[in-house]
Amino acid sequence: MSPRITAATAARVLAQLHHDRRTVALLLLVPALLIALLSWVLAGDEQAFDRVAAPMLGLFPFITMFLVTSIAMLRERTGGTLERLMTMPLAKLDLLTGYGVAFASVAVVQAGITAAVAFGALGLEAAGSTWLIVALAVGNAVLGMALGLFLSAFASSEFQAVQFMPAFVLPQLLLCGLFVPRDQMSAALEVISQALPLTYAFDALQQVATDGAGAGDILLDIAVIAGGTLLALALGAATLRRRTA
Amino acid sequence: MSSLPVASETTTATAATAIAVDGLRVRRGGRVVLDGVSTTLPAGTVAGLLGPSGCGKSTLLRSIMGVQRIEAGDVRVLGAPAGSKDLRSRVAYMTQAPSVYADLTVAENLAYFARVLGAPDADVARVTDAVGLAGMTGRLVGGLSGGERARASLATALLGRPEVLVLDEPTVGLDPVLRRDLWALFHRLAAGGVTLLVSSHVMDEAARCTRLLLMRDGRLLADTTPDGLLRDTGAPDVEAAFLALVEQTP
Repeated sequence: MSPRITAATAARVLAQLHHDRRTVALLLLVPALLIALLSWVLAGDEQAFDRVAAPMLGLFPFITMFLVTSIAMLRERTGGTLERLMTMPLAKLDLLTGYGVAFASVAVVQAGITAAVAFGALGLEAAGSTWLIVALAVGNAVLGMALGLFLSAFASSEFQAVQFMPAFVLPQLLLCGLFVPRDQMSAALEVISQALPLTYAFDALQQVATDGAGAGDILLDIAVIAGGTLLALALGAATLRRRTA
Repeated sequence: MSSLPVASETTTATAATAIAVDGLRVRRGGRVVLDGVSTTLPAGTVAGLLGPSGCGKSTLLRSIMGVQRIEAGDVRVLGAPAGSKDLRSRVAYMTQAPSVYADLTVAENLAYFARVLGAPDADVARVTDAVGLAGMTGRLVGGLSGGERARASLATALLGRPEVLVLDEPTVGLDPVLRRDLWALFHRLAAGGVTLLVSSHVMDEAARCTRLLLMRDGRLLADTTPDGLLRDTGAPDVEAAFLALVEQTP
């Protein structure tokens, strides 16, 4: 692995985004606008807003980075640039880390703007640290990116890649405890939810936002998010083949 | 055009074998695409790989680059098995479909690939000049014509100091003046010890090569020189020679 090539790859991914201003605007502003919409929908019920908005803020980057990365990686595969890179002195980890660094930095800005709007303008209140919520949002973005990189190997068209969002992300959102607390689900669903990374991402956010937990209280969740990211990256690396049929 | 890279070991490289393919067999999707292809190209050769679309040219080039899964046979480049780690900065490849980022400018594309290769930034100007894209470096690749995109992809393959260049139809759809200039560039590179393997489905490109590989249905019909081909077949041009060879084959 080479820091020079990793940095060049991250810069290249950011340059590609830079040319696509509309995507940048959508990435950075849509989560904040959705939180604003949520606050309007729940107008008058501040407790409900506080309960839902903070976890949502932390989960948005997961969803957007999952989508953006799976499409970007699919283009890399179908456009022939991946094959070209595989004939060059680039380690697979250079490519994956380059993507990770680029999208994590976008996630920092995205989560920063969303948090500024939610906590600053919309009066969202969290029991725990705002910074920790933003940090979890960025961690979730990297997890989403890693899953997107891996799953893009199984899509042969952009239509398929886009459908992976409802197929792989929405069930996790339904089961993570955001809509129904997990202990009120059927036993089977609760067991399934324990195997899904988003469950831990949500649990961490909820503990910080409502119970005022600190980083030390959510170490298990952080470990699962980090472990899930590394596992998805390893699986993603395994799908990057230098030699293909 | 600006100055060109010259491979360092001109004298020793001339005698050495750059590409050696032995009994190569490739199956794709159940179909045999290459069947017992063998050839040896010495360093400094400008070899043309000619044949109709779908005859297996790209698959042979991919095998030499080490990106093709092969069923049998041996492919060695600069003495190492095709696709070896050591070869990744010594062998350059231009795929048939332009493999450059459509959402980056020509300059951004080349700067990225130059950094991956560890080539100096000044290389970008040299290669854009060589393919006649000097005035378009600030334009997005997605907004270029098909021929211009192909040139951006070719420019990428010229970055650094590759000792072997594997080019899949680099001159398709190009202006005749630029095509002539590119072939002149290929020969200057070869004079410096660089080996080029260039595919084309246009038979009249054959005359520009020092070595000819004629291919049909996954087999080599001929492995010769342009003069040798015309002499052996008694045909007036390469197209006629190709037909003569097809008719001879049982």
